[in-house]
Parts: sequence; C-alpha cells; structure tokens
Amino acid sequence: MKILIVGGGMAGTILANNLARRLHGELRSGKVKLTMLSASERHMYQPGLLYLALGRMTPDELYRDQASLLEPGIAFFVDPVEEFQLDQNRVKTKSGTVFDFDILVIATGSRPVPELIPGLAENSETFYTEETAVKMFRKLQAFAGGRVVIAMGVPHKCPMAPLEITFMLHDYFKDRGIRDKVQLHYTYPIGRVHSLENVAKWAAPEFERLGITYETLFNVKEVDGAAKVVKSEEGSEAPYDLLISIPAHRGMEVIEKNKLGAGGWIPTHRHQLTMEGRKNVYVIGDTTNLPISKAGSTAHFEAEALGENIAAIVKLGSPVRDYDGKVFCFIEAGKDRATYAMFDYQNPPDPKAPTKAVHWFKTAYNKLYWVSARGLL
Amino acid sequence: MSEKKVIDARGSFCPGPLMELIGWIKLANVGDELELLSTDKGSAADVPEWVHKVGHELVGVREEAGVWHVTVRKAK
Repeated sequence: MKILIVGGGMAGTILANNLARRLHGELRSGKVKLTMLSASERHMYQPGLLYLALGRMTPDELYRDQASLLEPGIAFFVDPVEEFQLDQNRVKTKSGTVFDFDILVIATGSRPVPELIPGLAENSETFYTEETAVKMFRKLQAFAGGRVVIAMGVPHKCPMAPLEITFMLHDYFKDRGIRDKVQLHYTYPIGRVHSLENVAKWAAPEFERLGITYETLFNVKEVDGAAKVVKSEEGSEAPYDLLISIPAHRGMEVIEKNKLGAGGWIPTHRHQLTMEGRKNVYVIGDTTNLPISKAGSTAHFEAEALGENIAAIVKLGSPVRDYDGKVFCFIEAGKDRATYAMFDYQNPPDPKAPTKAVHWFKTAYNKLYWVSARGLL
Repeated sequence: MSEKKVIDARGSFCPGPLMELIGWIKLANVGDELELLSTDKGSAADVPEWVHKVGHELVGVREEAGVWHVTVRKAK
C-alpha cells in the first residue's frame, strides 16, 4: 500500500512519524510505502515567531532540517506538488515526477495574505514570517511612544495570537520604562474581545485592569498610511502611530489552482477527516475547511487521530475512531504568566487564571516541540 | 451567477460561527447567499447585528432541532 503525505509542516510531520511507528513492520517488509513531499528542506516552529518579534527567541531557534525530524522508513522529497490528479490516484510534482498513492493526505497548510487589505502590508508590522517578525522586532526597539493599534484579518492562524501579542506588548513596553508613553488599542472582528466566550470574559477585564483600550466589531477594510488611520468595514476609524497586524490567511495556491477548495480550504469531513466526496484522500491541519482553530494543536490532534485510523485501515481494513474536534491552545498573558484553552466540538473551554507555571510549561514546549514533531509527545 | 453556500459552523467555539461567516463572505461574490449553521444560540443575535452594521442583507433566521440557520446575502 502506498501512503503519500503532501506537506511537511506540523500536521504532515506528526502523521508521518506516527505512521512510521505504527507500521514499522509493514514498512520493513515492504507491504507499506510511506512517502512525504514538502516544499521545504527546513521545518519551522511557527509559534516561535511571536517571541522572535519581541526579541525573546532568535531565528536559528525556529528551524530544524526536516529530514532530521523524520523516522527511518519515510521516503522524503523536497519536491512540491503542482497537480493533484485524484481520479487517477496520483500527483505530479514541480520536478515533473509522478507519485501514485492508495491513500493521500493533504497537509499543505496556509499562508498569510496581508495584500488582500489595501495598505496593510506596507503600513503594519506583523510576525507571521521570519522576515516580518525581525522587522517588527527592530521597529519595536525604535518605538519611543505613541498609539499602538492591534488589528487583524479573518481567518487568521493561531486565534490566541491577537491576545498574546497585546498582553506581551504591555509587558514589553513596561520593561522598557515607556508603558506610560504608549497607548495600546486592541480591535477584534466580532462583538467581544475573543471568539471563545469564556476567554473573552477573562480578557476584557484584564485589558481594563492594564489600561488597554479595545473596540469590537472591527474588521479591517483598508489602511491609510499617509493619515496613519485604520478604517473598518463597520465604518469606524482607528488612528495609530504603530500598527500591529495579524493578517488574514488563505490555503496554499496549489489547492486553489487544482480547484480542491475555495480560498485554498478543502471541504473535509469533520470526524473522518476525509476530503468530501473522496474515500482515500484525507485533509489535516490548516488546509481543512473545518470550523475549528487554525493552530498547531489542531494539526497535532488531527494527525494523531488520522495516524491511528490509517494504521487501522492497513491492519484491520477500516478506521477505528473519530476526530472529536480537540484543540489545546496556550495563551500567553504577558511575559511571565499564561493560561490555556482546551475544547472540542461538544465542550467549550474553561480557562483558569494565568499562572507562572503554565507560562513555564509553554516556554518548555517551545523546546519540546521538536519532540512533538517527531510524534513522541 | 449568484450561488448559495452552506457554512457548517456547528460545534464551533473558535473561531466561532460569526468569524466563520466573516471569513467566507470575503470569498463570496456580491449577491451570493450564505447559510450559516450554528449550534450557538447567540448567533441568532450577533450575526444579524454584524450584518446590519456592515451593510449586508439578512435573508432569514430560523431554528431547527437546536441548529440556527442564519442566511445572509452579500450586498457589497
């Protein structure tokens, strides 16, 4: 049986390693062939970008060689897919190579698209790529005071990032001794300060306690860089001296070009993780159209469920479990305290008051991630 | 030609039904209808509030077996 994983991010990597362990014997005997195709020879720890922007991680800490993360037995090629020929059970790559499959997993991820909002890319600082995070770090270092506005597009990867950067900026400016010269103003697209109602109930009074102002029902329409004003779809305006943006995201262009899903999001069964209308094509990570967080933990839990199911298909002939929508997100509430939100399709989160212990665990996870990517944690 | 898209946001706590609608409406064409499915009864109020504020058109809101169906037409 040929299992082909397209995408070497968190979802694809955890799945590949999970399967390599579960199917160790089958891989050795040649009954199963496991192949991964990726666009990059490097693997980035994307949550580290938040820390990079604030000078608390350096670029080299964000990367490992992808091949070094993979279990023996996984055939790995840096050769991105350009054509998905699903009716023929094959894909064609940039190099022109054709890979056949019996089971295909698409985990190509998502990409920031600040260019969809006029004026956003050229007039805001962001931290969703190494280059922009380093640029933001330098901009923050040079910032001596004024009005900082946090604004975002929809959908965005890591739904906790808007809150985290706001709380961490509060501490950043406080540590520099200029918090009294900085006005922090947070905006959010819906009618409360976070999607998760219980998180919003905790965060809004926390903003008020820290002197952070906020405006809800604020969807960025355009940025007027000359006037230094962000304009919302709802008709309001937010003047700024420094604009921090969380850009909207789309799925990868190859998904749209192959007409697999509008916006690059592939229609996916919420429990089985199959691509709608296909029995042997699965989708995990940001690439799905599922109404759950585009976050590393979502990719992680989906990959674990799917790994168990694909191994069971090989060994028993059918999948054995449903993905239940599980997500677990840390929430940094400043430089030295954090909480978390855990939820699934049935159960909302119940976040606790932030503690130093949870922050330390998050700090440890920034290193433990590499164990997680190997499918061990 | 206008199309109707169903957004299945049942069981969505994060990003949640309204955020799902906001994301998908950006991909729609003017005149398209989007039917949002939500198990959050708050959607019956917060979606119309946003639609009204932005200037899209609320086509209808109905509840069926614990699922709210909120239909919106993209107006601009």
